[in-house]
Amino acid sequence: MSTAHDTATDGAAAPEPTTGMGKAADYLDQRTSIGAAVKEFARKVFPDHWSFMLGEIALFSFVALIISGIFLTMFFEPSMELTEYHGEHPATATGQLMSVAYASTLEMSFEVRGGLLMRQLHHWSALIFMAAIVVHMMRVFFTGAFRKPRELNWLVGFTLLILGLAAGFSGYSLPDDVLSGNGLRITDGVVKSIPVIGSFMSYMIFGGEFPGEHIIPRLFTIHILIVPALIVALIALHLFLMVLHKHTQYPGGGRTDKNVVGYPALPVYVAKMTGNFFIIFGVLTLMGATMAINNVWNYGPYDPSPVSAGAQPDWYMLFLEGSLRLMPGPGFEWEIFGYTLSMNVLIPAVIVPGILFTFLIVYPFVEARVTGDKREHHVLDRPRNVPVRTALGVAFLSDFILLAAAGSNDLIATHFGMSINQITWAYRILFFVLPVVAFVVTKRICLGLQRKDRELVLHGHESGRVVRYANGEYIEVHTPLGDQERWLRVNYDAPAPLEIEPKMDARGVKRKGYGADKRWQSLSRFFYEDRVEPVTPAELAAAHSHGDHDAIEGGRHAAPAAVGSGRTDGTDSQEH
Amino acid sequence: MSDMNHPHDASTEVTQPSGAGTEVVQSDKFADPGVPAHKRRLTDIDPRSAKRNERIVTLLFVLSCLGAVGMIVAYVAVPPEGTTESVRTSTLLLGVGMAVSLLGIGIAGIHWAKALMGDAEMVQDRHPIRSSDEVRADAVRDLNEGLEDSGVVGRRGVLKGAALSALALFPLTIAVPLIGSVGGDWNVSKFKHTMWKKGTRLAIDPSGRPIKASDVNIGSAFHVIPETTEEYRESHEWITEKSKAVVLMVRVRPEDLKSDQSPEGEQWSYDGIVAYSKICTHVGCPVALYEQQTHHLLCPCHQSTFDVADSAKVVFGPAKRPLPQLPITVDDEGYLVAQDDFAEPIGPSFWERLK
Amino acid sequence: MKALAARRHHRLAPVVLLLMALLVTGGIYAALAPTEAQAETVSTEDIETGKKLFQANCATCHGPNAEGTEGVPSLVGVGAAAVDFQVSTGRMPMQANGPQAMAKPPQFGPEQTAALAAYISSLGPGPAIPTDEQVDAELGDPANGMALFRTNCAMCHNAVGAGGALSEGKFAPSLFDTSERNIYQAMQTGPQSMPVFNDANITPDEKRDIIAFLVEQREGSAGGASLGSLGPVSEGVWAWVVGLGLLIGAAVWIGAKSS
Repeated sequence: MSTAHDTATDGAAAPEPTTGMGKAADYLDQRTSIGAAVKEFARKVFPDHWSFMLGEIALFSFVALIISGIFLTMFFEPSMELTEYHGEHPATATGQLMSVAYASTLEMSFEVRGGLLMRQLHHWSALIFMAAIVVHMMRVFFTGAFRKPRELNWLVGFTLLILGLAAGFSGYSLPDDVLSGNGLRITDGVVKSIPVIGSFMSYMIFGGEFPGEHIIPRLFTIHILIVPALIVALIALHLFLMVLHKHTQYPGGGRTDKNVVGYPALPVYVAKMTGNFFIIFGVLTLMGATMAINNVWNYGPYDPSPVSAGAQPDWYMLFLEGSLRLMPGPGFEWEIFGYTLSMNVLIPAVIVPGILFTFLIVYPFVEARVTGDKREHHVLDRPRNVPVRTALGVAFLSDFILLAAAGSNDLIATHFGMSINQITWAYRILFFVLPVVAFVVTKRICLGLQRKDRELVLHGHESGRVVRYANGEYIEVHTPLGDQERWLRVNYDAPAPLEIEPKMDARGVKRKGYGADKRWQSLSRFFYEDRVEPVTPAELAAAHSHGDHDAIEGGRHAAPAAVGSGRTDGTDSQEH
Repeated sequence: MSDMNHPHDASTEVTQPSGAGTEVVQSDKFADPGVPAHKRRLTDIDPRSAKRNERIVTLLFVLSCLGAVGMIVAYVAVPPEGTTESVRTSTLLLGVGMAVSLLGIGIAGIHWAKALMGDAEMVQDRHPIRSSDEVRADAVRDLNEGLEDSGVVGRRGVLKGAALSALALFPLTIAVPLIGSVGGDWNVSKFKHTMWKKGTRLAIDPSGRPIKASDVNIGSAFHVIPETTEEYRESHEWITEKSKAVVLMVRVRPEDLKSDQSPEGEQWSYDGIVAYSKICTHVGCPVALYEQQTHHLLCPCHQSTFDVADSAKVVFGPAKRPLPQLPITVDDEGYLVAQDDFAEPIGPSFWERLK
Repeated sequence: MKALAARRHHRLAPVVLLLMALLVTGGIYAALAPTEAQAETVSTEDIETGKKLFQANCATCHGPNAEGTEGVPSLVGVGAAAVDFQVSTGRMPMQANGPQAMAKPPQFGPEQTAALAAYISSLGPGPAIPTDEQVDAELGDPANGMALFRTNCAMCHNAVGAGGALSEGKFAPSLFDTSERNIYQAMQTGPQSMPVFNDANITPDEKRDIIAFLVEQREGSAGGASLGSLGPVSEGVWAWVVGLGLLIGAAVWIGAKSS
């Protein structure tokens, strides 16, 4: 760091810069030692893969959110004062009594040039932001990118997901229309169901009774100040840790836990990242230009009496909506010493998401514990090579999707001509059955794929070429895998369940902590009882010596090895 | 190709998981084949192809410029006149112009990077995230020195206690006024009452016309609010009161009315006309979807279904309690009026609902 | 019961019906060109034709004298509006038993429908077919219509009339293609699950306001493609399929090696 200063102040060692650029750089470096940073990062290597750009989609749609959001704040007035709408358009609003928030939303849509474009761009970006976060999280989960040293960054990412939900929800409610107003009312109902403090929390949120006069200004502050500030701070931390850890890489030839293989930041990575930003912003703009979203003038200004069919939240909240819809009411509201405990609300709105979020928080730590693994991991797992993790992820995902579908059950009913009651019953049963089925099926598929990999490594590709031997025997020639192809399929660990110390210590006394160890061991068995070991060179050699046709195989060895690029194969099979 | 240094001599030393894998004495692992050989692209080999791709990139940037200019032209030339059609056209033109300007840059940049920038992969070493032992030792030493300099170690218990107390108390200076005021008057008993009282006329939502019993024919559904002045209905207070007071009133054939919620000796419905709170006992959506043939009332939010011909009992869905009934009768002029407020708190359950 | 029957329909309904019929008849004879289906005379001849049509097509379910049978409503006093609504939208005659009668191409032409309506309204007084002026969207106030629609209709038919689900497989249909006359009649007569909105609940002028609002919706959305006007769920599907689909496609392109 200090060398930059020294050489520059010396004057003698480094010649005075002559070009304009040089002068500017010198000026800056003397005040910031930016030279060191440039040296550090300019040629820093980043691995390249399409799935590494899912996080970029989230990041850049957030940038689009900020840009369009700043535009919107110029025209939006977060006030619940009532006003009569004097604009001529839309005709359905003229002369109606509404809040200033709703009126300003109409004005910015119909009077401000480009206002509606920005509103729609903003809302589409929000949906894509959340979708990209979820897909990015799926990528990280299924490839094991949350393992040491990245557990804390996984938690930062998880917090960003929750903040994304908060940002989305608070923004969705700002226009003060009937749809979002009913969403707030549902929130109020859920909050009231919280034991002991529910009513007071409702008062705290609304500044009195629902809906009151404070909720829109409060949500506005949350939406444009508190939540975005936290998101920006955590994104900074997320990216800092990403740079500190250096990005993970997919398995392949030459890729180890001790190196990073990829393209240098300058120019390739920076160009691709910048290009990706413009593509993402461009696609979001195109969506805002052509597809209507949240046309609040269709719903009307908030009024506690009406509600419209298809009353749903944005997609990322749908799982909560579905959870509320599936819960049967009778039998689940209890009276305890005259106090009311609404389990029919608490279970779906607090406990179900609680289970999902807890799973996401604790999973990296649980997996590390049952694996007995303290190493750093920088090479990603192929999902098939960790069957139980993949299966657990699919199981949770299946229930998340099921709940989102349950949140849309009225639209499913009308569009597929079914009865809403039957759909609800089917989903109630599937909520318990589907994850189990998804788990079992996924685990079987993973183990099957692993066995197929073994098979392929041991016996090679079917070439389709049938050869007749002198003794009349027909065989199909199998071409052995190339180095890269084989490496991809053998380069993984198949950890065995934990071994624990015996119950009795040397003196024959029951040892402390045995019970806990025993429980961890059973969990570890659940994870690693069924496993497929990678092929070892000895096994491959043994497989080869069985056949009489080694000579033919050996003769064809070189050609496929040269063509087969391990890298390409690896990336293809990662798509799941 | 200088960056093709194969690091697999180092990688063979990757730590093994304890107790994992079968024990083959010599080489139980395959050797890492190293980073695959770099394949040259068409643009690396063929200068004409490189030139062509350069032109494509240039063209895309030019297209982007045209998009930006087009957007500004549309901004000036196609004002939205407020009508649906013109707003749609304006949004479309502005958006497409903007999208072209953005996508032009994006696609040009990516194509440039992919086709023309160097595509040889590089290998860099990673270092353990953990600080080295020396650094850790230094850090611990520095911390200890700092701690010693502060003099808090050991003695000065009173000082420590006072400092901690001050730090613990100061947030209260913000929290107390905040919590004190953020919930308004904190009078949560308001949940239990609505503005209905004896003699309040039932009026049509949103026009506010009072309703005569003779206006309500069989199969009708009336969305009802308490009668008030028009001025009051333009106030904010009204919205909060309306949130609790809205009622759905229907008339069924008296012989179809299996039961209502009237206690012994009282008559809460009038000649087949029944009025129930419209606020769902689940989480508070307006339950408004009345099917006149089955007399079922469905909530479009979570599909709780109530039978209005049978005390608004729950027949399906996540709600547990029936909708509270508004006791009604007619006044001297034949208008429907409330006998009283609801007998129980309306809307979703809360902890002290029955207290 | 007597009081009820009287209350169920406006007491001037028969008079209005008669006057309207006379007016309409006169108009047609003057113009020599019937413009609307309901613009038919209520002559005894029509009633006779209607009766024959009824006996042949409807009596199996509704009974020989339209008095209704087990589980099938009586048609005495439902009025011409109900008949015109049910028959002109093809809901009646019903094709098959199901959660509800489905709209389909009408089985009877305008004259036959008018004859059936004439016959049914001859059995007892009921709501008449609305006049063209009553359903003229140009004369309505869409803003007031929206407020009324929001309170009375949107919970079943969706905020802009895209339709929605009811219990047990029933549904509230989309109103995008429903004729103004049929919308009016549906409010007047409360077909099937739909409640009745009589003139005391929603006045004829207010009904016209609602029609004006619904007609206004047919211009589409100011924001672009309306995506079915189904709200956040369809928006979510489009975000995932089109939006994220395009962006992941772009990512795959960015991540792929150039050849």
